[in-house]
Amino acid sequence: MPDALRLDGVTVRYGGVTALDGVSLTVTPGATLGLIGPNGAGKTTLINATTGIAPLAAGSISLGERRLDGQPPYRIARAGIARTYQNIRLFGTLDVRTNLAAGAYAQPGRLSDDAARALLERAGVAHLALDTLASALPYGDQRRLEIARGLASRPAILMLDEPAAGMNPAETARLVTTIRSLATEGIGILLIEHDMTLVRAASDHVVVLNFGEVLASGTPAEIARDPAVVEAYLGTTEDIA
Amino acid sequence: MIAQQLVNGLFLGAVYALFAVGYTLVFGVLDILNLAHAAIFMIAAFAAYSLVAAGMPIAVGFAGGVLLAGVAGILLDRIAFAPLRRRNAGTLVPLISSIGAAIIIGAIARGIYGIDERHFVPGGIDAPPIHLGSITFTAVEAIIFGTAIVLMLVLSYVLRATTLGRSIRAVSQDRIAAALLGVDIERTIAATFFIASALGGAAGILTGLEYNSVSIDMAGSIELKGLAVIILGGMGSITGAVIGGFVIGAVETLAIAFGLSEWRDALTFGVMFVILVARPAGIFGARALRNA
Amino acid sequence: MNFLVEFYAHHSRLLDEIGINALLALSLSVSLQAGQLALAQAGLAGIAAYISAIASMQYHWPLVASIVLAVACSTLVAALLAYPVRKLRGIFLAIATVGFGEIVRVIINNLNVTGGAEGLSGIPNDVNTSDIYGGLALVAVALFFLSRTKFALAVALTREDEAAARGVGVDTGMVRFASLALGGAIAGLAGALYAHSFYFLAPADFGFGRMEEILVWCVIGGVTSPLGAVAGAAFLSILPEIIRGLADFREITNGIILLAVILFAPGGLSALWRTRRTAIPRDA
Repeated sequence: MPDALRLDGVTVRYGGVTALDGVSLTVTPGATLGLIGPNGAGKTTLINATTGIAPLAAGSISLGERRLDGQPPYRIARAGIARTYQNIRLFGTLDVRTNLAAGAYAQPGRLSDDAARALLERAGVAHLALDTLASALPYGDQRRLEIARGLASRPAILMLDEPAAGMNPAETARLVTTIRSLATEGIGILLIEHDMTLVRAASDHVVVLNFGEVLASGTPAEIARDPAVVEAYLGTTEDIA
Repeated sequence: MIAQQLVNGLFLGAVYALFAVGYTLVFGVLDILNLAHAAIFMIAAFAAYSLVAAGMPIAVGFAGGVLLAGVAGILLDRIAFAPLRRRNAGTLVPLISSIGAAIIIGAIARGIYGIDERHFVPGGIDAPPIHLGSITFTAVEAIIFGTAIVLMLVLSYVLRATTLGRSIRAVSQDRIAAALLGVDIERTIAATFFIASALGGAAGILTGLEYNSVSIDMAGSIELKGLAVIILGGMGSITGAVIGGFVIGAVETLAIAFGLSEWRDALTFGVMFVILVARPAGIFGARALRNA
Repeated sequence: MNFLVEFYAHHSRLLDEIGINALLALSLSVSLQAGQLALAQAGLAGIAAYISAIASMQYHWPLVASIVLAVACSTLVAALLAYPVRKLRGIFLAIATVGFGEIVRVIINNLNVTGGAEGLSGIPNDVNTSDIYGGLALVAVALFFLSRTKFALAVALTREDEAAARGVGVDTGMVRFASLALGGAIAGLAGALYAHSFYFLAPADFGFGRMEEILVWCVIGGVTSPLGAVAGAAFLSILPEIIRGLADFREITNGIILLAVILFAPGGLSALWRTRRTAIPRDA
């Protein structure tokens, strides 16, 4: 059974600001955990803390038995944590093939073209030509290429930071299918999103973050009914009912 | 003895500060390290020399040289930096572009003036020493020092109290916000280059007067020392450049006083290196422009 | 055959220069490919040049031994330099390494054993053109094989986006260290060969002016291309010979070419043979 990602009482401070305060959650392999919350709630900080970019002031992060906090980012990546970025960070001047090879950097051997195409298929962009420059791809394809790059490292945990940003409803629906199928493969997925349709359809479990703290935690249906959550979202245009 | 050394350090530091202020101004506003600044330092000195050699009084030569430097700065931006801004090229590309511009400016100067040393006053400037207690200096040195200080004060005033100064500070903090507030970005940048280059040119003319010598390699030393000054003071900080200039001036003068003259450059760059490793922001560092 | 002998006789000095310059350009290119504007190579070459010369002259070391010693020293210094500058990026790294170069120049200038400001003359002139090109070939082959490894991928990723590279498991600290050390080794070879080929050394030979020249070669050839670096070095070394009448305009030609490349053809000479877009790193 592959390892679960556990955050225990994680606290992160930047200057005088407490970005995360005593956050605990678990990402289980084969399941998708949705992470929602207003802007500034600490969602990206949580990913940054997990990947080793932001140091912890308190708490711990572990993958199975292995402690991750305090490790340099490249070691955490090699341990099996992959991520996508809110503002897409592909290797723009490199081609699709090389971007995938980059994802597979820490894996033994070279990534064959067949393996590369298999990754693209799993991420829902099987049509991409391996020689295309990453920055020349349309926006939606870039997002999926980032996912494929994440998959190339054979991660235990895949963290998606607002993967549906800028997508239309049809593309978002396709993304749900992709995420569900990746979860079935046994990967533990952390999904940060504002799009509630996506979160509800793709997540098995949802955690709500507000001002760096866990506000609520439960199934998508439970969260939609939670009065504290409804209150936190009052005045926004998000529909969570 | 120490007093004399400190005074020497002040004189040296004033010119370093004046040069560094122009360097750091451009960096603060545009994030560009303009390595052609030293070339402008040099051609301003030559321009002043030419005017003086043609019979003009030194003050006219100085004004003419400073004006030429300012205009050269505007041209430099138009040719070497503005096209890169349009294509959003980052911070390293303009650095290399400035090297190209510096090479061209140097070649032009060499073409016109050749490699010989020129003198403002053939035979040496006759400047009787002035004694103030245990300190000795010449009227020339005093005027140079005074001019440098006045120029830096003028800059400080411009930045703090004029509309142009406010525009410059706005652009250095947030170019997009400044544009939204109606600041004419390109004109502000042109003005920045004019001011920065004029000050650099002034430093060149003053240096030429100090040693009564103008040559195409006269900027060789200050070109890199200027880097040390702005690193020490904090890139983008005018106050830092001024203080840094005096500190480096003091370091070098004291080095000479303690018999380490041949090592003074190593000391200057050693200090710079340590600052970069320990506190890259320098004394007053931050990317935003500060005024004196 | 006669033509070749004559050609060589007339141009051997130029050929030697091109070979050494190509090595120097490669030493910088290695750093540039990793996205580091580390301008220490001229100083490192200078260190190696003097060590190699002194070993031969004062301690009568055989040529190969003195070269090996020199390269070992320059590599060691580069490795040591890599540590304090490991957190510096972009312009700050460039300035720090320039400062290093200046400190080296001052040290060379002030030591007795290096001949001080007057320089070092009478170095045994026992390196010829084929030695230089042998060295160049050695480095070229080594870099070629290196380019087929995962390390080369790590270098490219570090250059493109350091944080994303770490995110896929690249130890970018190690990449930066290794590229600096490798550059130091190549620069050291260039310096040692230079000393025994031109048999006179002065502190200014390896100062900031030289470093700027090397940077110009690399930029004109194509910042991320090692072949471009060599092409740039060769092109700019040959240019004044070709345009004999324009010998006086050599300097301004260099400057204009550099500016033209930056403004209009940032890929440099390498754009001639590269099919895909290359870019100078924005901030390194």
